[in-house]
Amino acid sequence: MTLDVKVGDALPERVCVPDNIDLFFYNAALWNAHRIHFDLPYAKEVEGYPGLVVPGPLMGDWLGQCALEWASGRGRLVRLEYSNRLAAYSGDTLTVGGTVCAFDAGSGEATLDLFVKNEEGAVVSPGKAVVRLET
Amino acid sequence: MSVLTPDLLASIGRKGPPRTEVVTRRDIRKYAIASGQRQRRFLDGDEAPPLYHVALFWDVVEREELTPDGVSIDGLLPKFPLTRAMAGGLEIQYHDPIRPGDVLTGTRTLTDIYEKQGRSGPLIFYEVVLEIVRDDGEPVVTEKTTRILR
Repeated sequence: MTLDVKVGDALPERVCVPDNIDLFFYNAALWNAHRIHFDLPYAKEVEGYPGLVVPGPLMGDWLGQCALEWASGRGRLVRLEYSNRLAAYSGDTLTVGGTVCAFDAGSGEATLDLFVKNEEGAVVSPGKAVVRLET
Repeated sequence: MSVLTPDLLASIGRKGPPRTEVVTRRDIRKYAIASGQRQRRFLDGDEAPPLYHVALFWDVVEREELTPDGVSIDGLLPKFPLTRAMAGGLEIQYHDPIRPGDVLTGTRTLTDIYEKQGRSGPLIFYEVVLEIVRDDGEPVVTEKTTRILR
């Protein structure tokens, strides 16, 4: 199979609007009791956040999903890196996407620049992934 | 003058106790739904999504071990002179997929502590590496977390 992958290709974007149920499920799956994720009076009054904070690793997970959904079952994730630069809150409209920034046709390895952006277009969580596509 | 004392630097290389966990389909399915996966192999629990290991090796602590903000104290870390956490990052290498029935052992090591000068004072960086190995000895995931304190 020849791979139609070019540097600069955009990955399909996904819009995520995490709500309180999403935050509940995610923190329950981790056993994470950090109150900024589920206790709104605490998050606002004690920590000064405008809302419930979306957990950082959940946004990292979305970046991995974006890479894997782009590879659509014909590739494996080799490497994923991300950081959480800005906070995001329950109810925010967040866009997950990226671009192909390098591709080695020989090995089938594609390097992807990834992002989670907020409504203002600011990058909340930048990331990078290496996906090995089956050639 | 450095904020990093010889005592602090001596904790580089410290290892946490190895933890062994059994991967179940039910646990993978819960994580997959909770993280919004859309691929069937993850939702059905045939294979773990790429950040499932974060949940699998999240510390299970008792109520008494939680601080008032609901977090647990990381016993691997020394007492740092700076306490405000800033954005950190994760770098994950995938060696082999995680599947139901896998018996995985994770070991955390404090691999580095260093200082940089920020705009408003010193910053402390530290790195923790989590090595996850299957019971047949095969490496599964290597994760490096970098955190910044100011």
